[in-house]
Amino acid sequence: MPATKKDPVLVVLQLSGGNDYLNTVIPYNNPLYRDNRPAVGIPDDQILRVDSNYGFHPAMAPLKELYDEGKMAIIHGVGYANSPRSHFRSMDIWHTCEPDKVGTEGWLGRVVRELDPKKENVVTAVSFGPSLFRALAVPGVPVACVAGPLENYGFLPTIQEQAQRAKVLDRFARMYSPAIGRNAVMEFLGTTGLDSLKGADILKVAPKKYASTVKYPDTPIARKLRGIAQVHLADLGSRIFYCDHGSFDTHASQNPGHGNLWRDVSEGIKAFYADLKEHNAADNVIVFLFSEFGRRVRDNGSGTDHGAAGPCFVIGDAVKGGHHGEYPSLKAEHLVQGDLNPNLDFRSVYSTILAQWLKLDPKPIVGGTFEQPAFLKN
Amino acid sequence: MAYKDDIALMAHLMRRAGFGAGRDELEARVAKGYEATVEELLHPETQPPVDDYVLLRYQPGALLPGGQPPMGNVHWMYYLVNTKRPLEEKMALFWHHVFATGNSKVDNYDQLLEQIKLFRDKGMGNYRDLLVDLAKNPSMIYWLDNNENHGYAVNENWGRELLELFSMGVGNYTEKDVRQASIAFTGWTFETKIPRLPYGRFPWKFEYRPEDHDDSEKEFLGHRGRFNGEDIINIIVQQPACHRFIARHLYNFFVADEPQVPAWSIEAPRDPKAIDTIATAFRESGYDIRSTLRVIFNSDFFKNARFQHMKSPAEVVVGTLRLVGGFELPKPGYGELSMQPSYMGQDLLNPPSVEGWHTGKEWINSGSLMARINFVAELVGDPSLPGVRAIINRLKTQAPLSPEQLVDGCLDLLGPVEVNDETRQELVEAAKEWGQIRWDNEANSTVADQRVGQMLQLIAATREYQFA
Repeated sequence: MPATKKDPVLVVLQLSGGNDYLNTVIPYNNPLYRDNRPAVGIPDDQILRVDSNYGFHPAMAPLKELYDEGKMAIIHGVGYANSPRSHFRSMDIWHTCEPDKVGTEGWLGRVVRELDPKKENVVTAVSFGPSLFRALAVPGVPVACVAGPLENYGFLPTIQEQAQRAKVLDRFARMYSPAIGRNAVMEFLGTTGLDSLKGADILKVAPKKYASTVKYPDTPIARKLRGIAQVHLADLGSRIFYCDHGSFDTHASQNPGHGNLWRDVSEGIKAFYADLKEHNAADNVIVFLFSEFGRRVRDNGSGTDHGAAGPCFVIGDAVKGGHHGEYPSLKAEHLVQGDLNPNLDFRSVYSTILAQWLKLDPKPIVGGTFEQPAFLKN
Repeated sequence: MAYKDDIALMAHLMRRAGFGAGRDELEARVAKGYEATVEELLHPETQPPVDDYVLLRYQPGALLPGGQPPMGNVHWMYYLVNTKRPLEEKMALFWHHVFATGNSKVDNYDQLLEQIKLFRDKGMGNYRDLLVDLAKNPSMIYWLDNNENHGYAVNENWGRELLELFSMGVGNYTEKDVRQASIAFTGWTFETKIPRLPYGRFPWKFEYRPEDHDDSEKEFLGHRGRFNGEDIINIIVQQPACHRFIARHLYNFFVADEPQVPAWSIEAPRDPKAIDTIATAFRESGYDIRSTLRVIFNSDFFKNARFQHMKSPAEVVVGTLRLVGGFELPKPGYGELSMQPSYMGQDLLNPPSVEGWHTGKEWINSGSLMARINFVAELVGDPSLPGVRAIINRLKTQAPLSPEQLVDGCLDLLGPVEVNDETRQELVEAAKEWGQIRWDNEANSTVADQRVGQMLQLIAATREYQFA
């Protein structure tokens, strides 16, 4: 099957902890940048200039290469009104699209339900993280959740002997069969158990089928991205991948902490993209990066505190590279409690991805109609 | 028959008021009696404390674990695994659920362990006093920004959560009450932190700064006066909403799974009469947690709630380690062990938010289910561990074992665990493939040990085993 006809795939990379907008996409020509960043400002000669106004953090060199090739979109000023400046609440809002109440369904869980309503493929979504992200959580929607190395993923990996293991897993499947469920919670457990069992069975082929000349760095995020590449390249029908890196919560010692984080992310993405290219499997993949909020405009002497608006990034062949939207004003009178004021709702970014990439109706997923910034090629 | 029931009931009590117990301990406790056991659990001072020095000899880093895992987790895990005062430690876990404070912000396991120690020492005492201590706890002050709550600039974070998540729940106060409570706590802060470098972390200490306290008249929940923080707490504990709030928390933690806290203003409790009973006991005892727990553990609604509670990851990990034994000393490898609950969705000392963890079936997703089953199965399947050995030795006395006897024996000694007929039938089918189990010679003994381990693994993998 020609690669171009493959189904579109979305990789989400969550920058947990609140990534600092000003030191990621640096408005180096704006004197207010220097005024506000006496302690954590990036020296002029280190900024990786992408044009006459903006530059990347020096640790983002691998991403700048992608940007220069026109494969990276910067979406400016993303957030939502009345940022609570709480990691957890804010992350919940991004995950559930519910800014006003506590939501229970994750937006990507809804996507999985739309993509695979009959649950024909339990690895439609694969998450690489210690536990399931709320963005993926919808009761009854299967998501394969890989906590450790992909090679060890599955039930009872300590039973080494193949025949014995097959028997035990077969027994497991029967004990989790719906017929034995006596109440809602038992049934839920049964479904979850069977779905994970099936998912593990499918995913275990991925590392075996995988071969690549690309060397990934030895970092947690690179390991996760490598796992994603393995599953994607195994052609198992996975459409949504999720992983995270952090903590971007740079209240103190932002330099060099923030740079180290971006170095890991940038190098990981570069290797991931090269890996997909090598296998001619990049054109149906976009990588979407977000963080739960940006950080305070004025630094606190060693780091930055919780803020509001932040940037999103979308990377891939299908992306219209360059700037999208407007960098929020740094002028004191335009700040909200010292923070950049968001000018684009995060659900707008989701809506573009949903409508123009995954070809789904965004409205029921994000809970409303939002403008769709054009950061993807048609 | 009656003795079997006694064992089953005692096992239930020990799973809920502690972290489970092996058969020898259950038999000793049955001999002592149910109510006497409840009294022993309620009076931890009658049992020896955990030996800190052993911990520090093996893991000196656990003394002041700093800001990065896992040494803080090692410290608490050592207590959880070794305590001879299981209810004391369980109450520390309970209050950690309710007053959820996390390292993600506090960035200081030294101080978080201080807070756990507060819960350990006073968790069964008077709730009013505990709230006052909590309000003075530096980790909490920092976690909820009360050090930024000034007479000239009020920060409502602590004031709001005190009402919403620590005592009454939404719908029982107004925004004005939040504001007034917050103002009453202005000036409650901790001593200025000494910079960490170059000497390392210094302990945080509560400090009351009268010059930063707004001493004006306040109006709170219908009361009027120049209230300070303690006055606010004194008013809160008189509220029926507070009694019900604590009752529902205790019920959810000790008796049976309830909907999550944010739903409490909408959804009725699953057993309203039980909540009334607990709330009344709490009020009538003058907010004494010990008396309230006594009423719960001796009640029929508690005794009848077997396996109505999804084990939390902490309960899974600690219960398993205590059952299989061999993890009393904090040897190398304890760091990874102490992070196990986090892989199952419960990062101790670092809850996802001040709302704490979502419990019950929300513990379960494909990743966490796999993590908990794999963890337990690996340990219970290892016949070299003393607790597994003890199970084998008891089974041996009844050998040779038919497939049914093997299944029922393992179910009994691992709990007793109660399973559906269909599940039991599957287990019997598995055992039938092995034929009769006997320890009559060395070769058979090796196989028999393995078979018991495999059966225990299968049981640990059942749905039923996820409940306590």
